[in-house]
Amino acid sequence: MLHLDWILVLVGAWLGLGLIGLLVLRNTAFVARVLFPAGGAVAIALAAVALAALFDVPETAVLVVGLPDLPFHLRLDGLSAFFLLVIGAAGAGISIFAAGYFRHGEGTPPGLLCLEYHVFLASMAMVLLADDAYAFMVMWETMALSSFFLVTANHRVPSIRQAGFLYLLVAHVGAIAILLCFGVLQANTGDYTFANMRAQSLSPLWASAAFLLATFGFGAKAGIVPLHVWLPEAHPAAPSPVSALMSGVMLKTAIYGVLRVGFDLLSVQIWWWGVLLLSLGLITALFGVTFSAVQTDMKRLLAYSSIENIGLLFVGIGLGVLFKAYGMDSLSALALTAALYHVISHAFFKSLLFLGTGSVLHATGERSLGKLGGLMRRMPWVGWLVLVGVLASSGLPPLSGFVAEWLLLQSFLFTTELPDTFLNMLIPVIAAAIALVAALAGYAMVKFFGVIFLGQPREPKLAEARDASRLERAGLVWLASGCVLLGLFPVPIITVIDRVTHLLIGAGIADTVRRNGWILLAPTALDRASYSPVIFLVVVCVAVLLSIWLVRRFYHGRLRFAPPWDCGFPAQTARMQDTAEGFGQPIRQIFEPVFRMQRELPSPFDDKPVYKVIIEDHFWHWLYLPIAHATELFARVVGRLQQGRIAIYLLYSFVTLIVLLLVVKS
Amino acid sequence: MEALLAQSINLFAAVLLVLAFAMIAQRRILTLIHLFTLQGASLVAATLVVAYLTGQHHLYYSAVITFVLKVVLIPILLHRVIQRLNVRWDVETLFNIPTTMLIGIVLVIFAFNLAAPIASLSASIAHGTLGIALACVLLSFLMMIVRAKAVPQVIGFLSMENGLFFAATAATSGMPMIVELGIAFDVLVGILILGVFMFQIREQFDSLDIRHLEKLKDE
Repeated sequence: MLHLDWILVLVGAWLGLGLIGLLVLRNTAFVARVLFPAGGAVAIALAAVALAALFDVPETAVLVVGLPDLPFHLRLDGLSAFFLLVIGAAGAGISIFAAGYFRHGEGTPPGLLCLEYHVFLASMAMVLLADDAYAFMVMWETMALSSFFLVTANHRVPSIRQAGFLYLLVAHVGAIAILLCFGVLQANTGDYTFANMRAQSLSPLWASAAFLLATFGFGAKAGIVPLHVWLPEAHPAAPSPVSALMSGVMLKTAIYGVLRVGFDLLSVQIWWWGVLLLSLGLITALFGVTFSAVQTDMKRLLAYSSIENIGLLFVGIGLGVLFKAYGMDSLSALALTAALYHVISHAFFKSLLFLGTGSVLHATGERSLGKLGGLMRRMPWVGWLVLVGVLASSGLPPLSGFVAEWLLLQSFLFTTELPDTFLNMLIPVIAAAIALVAALAGYAMVKFFGVIFLGQPREPKLAEARDASRLERAGLVWLASGCVLLGLFPVPIITVIDRVTHLLIGAGIADTVRRNGWILLAPTALDRASYSPVIFLVVVCVAVLLSIWLVRRFYHGRLRFAPPWDCGFPAQTARMQDTAEGFGQPIRQIFEPVFRMQRELPSPFDDKPVYKVIIEDHFWHWLYLPIAHATELFARVVGRLQQGRIAIYLLYSFVTLIVLLLVVKS
Repeated sequence: MEALLAQSINLFAAVLLVLAFAMIAQRRILTLIHLFTLQGASLVAATLVVAYLTGQHHLYYSAVITFVLKVVLIPILLHRVIQRLNVRWDVETLFNIPTTMLIGIVLVIFAFNLAAPIASLSASIAHGTLGIALACVLLSFLMMIVRAKAVPQVIGFLSMENGLFFAATAATSGMPMIVELGIAFDVLVGILILGVFMFQIREQFDSLDIRHLEKLKDE
């Protein structure tokens, strides 16, 4: 059997599990103990097959399903195999976690949830396999719909329904743009297979139109500013494994789409596309990170952090397009490698963090940072594993996030070789901004981890918090070890990514990298820059152990008991700790024009003072509300036609028909 | 034999037109449904003949779909609806029937006049029937406008779709399969939704008279 057949079998297995879920609609134990773990096993198998397929030649197949004379064309090449690997690897951890998580049963019956979940996974895999516009759109919409139902699992809460509706709306607006993009790409041949689109050579004008449509359409799914509004609403609304799947995996299908259209279906790249992606990505990253630093809801914080990461990915792709347009293929490969590394790294750590919030939410029932705290002692497993994710997310060595960001900054260092002087001056500024984003991301993550897990509990009920169940832990451990391995062994991962960059731009950095063995990572030349995570880890461990030994050796045994210096506060309560609002305050101050803030300050004589700050984004008021008002106004004008009598309405159509027929005749 | 079959298409077309007039003139809902079933049957027969003459295999499919939907499924659904709603009569029309028939004749003349130049361009064997098909569409539309109750309106809508389908078969030997499938599903879903609406309308107003819907206007 070909790899593609195996993958189809596995996708079929997912669908089968979902359908079994429908049969045992309310049997929570069976769904949780059998179906979700089985889904996790299928995901692992999928990742293995995808990894094998990555090192093989592309395979194609025609699947006769759906409408007659309109079969699905499928194709498994390096790019789709890589993203399938991401789905499988991250999806496995999420499924195993979900097995423990859905035990309580959210609003939707567990069997139905199981169906939606597995259809979601299967449709994401099929999006990656699609080799014609028809199959792609069908799967893309299936993905949007199944995730919509997952987001609205607790559909009895009105705000969740609203969030789901917003998500669906943006997803559909994006889907229209993608459909139009395919329409442009097929260049009036009427043949919507991707093979035909590759063969077309569009004029620069039409190619740019297709590219812009793709950027808009996939950007809506990915959450590019200003189309990001659904993300911070939908993620907190969804159950945690679903947020993890959406943020860690689904957003990546949009990145896949951009790569597929930008590098594969369009044969020639134009330099300003790269600049566009770079600036969109930069704005998105800055916007996401500043907002994530001031959030007080833990899942919203992570949602904004996802926006930031998507921005970084777009920056990497933009740089790749820019280098490619000027014919610097190996540098383009470096930038794309950085982006793809970030894809897989983000899939792991963001899923891990979202799942961690899920455990906290189940243990405490709180999503607001202001009511959490000190959970490290109550939930050590979740605490330590989330710490791994937090470190990876802030881009600290030796974890996965650092490798990706380091590669990205490395590729920025070569922009001076671009033949355009204007770009030469502009791009270092962007690089500096990216460094700022990385630092602020670290800030947001310190806030996330510190406020939830460190310090003292802010509410008495937190004392009853229980650690995650065994299956939940297993899922978290899987994802955390992914973060660690991705950080420690970048060279094999780059060898994997190399297949993709060879496919997209015909160049790769694996040969350069492998020259130095697996320990040392030097993306271009050894004398320029190199990084060795294993050595770094060893040095860190040795330094820590050494200092522990030194402290024990020289200071212990000379203990002195004395009343501690209490700063003049003999009684410390949990309310004296730095809060989420307090921690974010400097950012609020510095980036004040970016936010739309409403503050309610308490009076000094209030004995129960309440401080409240509402932070919104300007885009609602600058972009979305005007559009909504204009639509309403237009609807009101059209509404004048409304008479209330059906015969009159029919008469409208009838007269229109007659007039049109007369026009046709003359 | 071929010539005879080609002529039979014209015959079926004529039957379609006569049935459309009969539907305009008919006041009893039950008979209306029977007429609609007959119209569907003649449509199926016409499609089969065109399929045989042109050798286009997808027309057989669409004939089968049409048969299942318009001769079997929808009439059954309609029968059940009128039984459940207990409506057999439809005495009220907005205009009286002779006036409506006169307007119908004007429409038929208009349709034939319109179709003549198009029909002469078309190379299809049944090109002469395009005018009839167009007339059927317009007549059914007229029926929808003048009827005051919901069920006859739905039948008018369905019969309009019959005319449209016949036009497609006659002028271009059928629409693409996709479009046909789409329309077939639309009709089925449409009838289900309209069925639900009819129950809702009755629930709300204790009558199926659509004039009550005028109150629903947004102010």
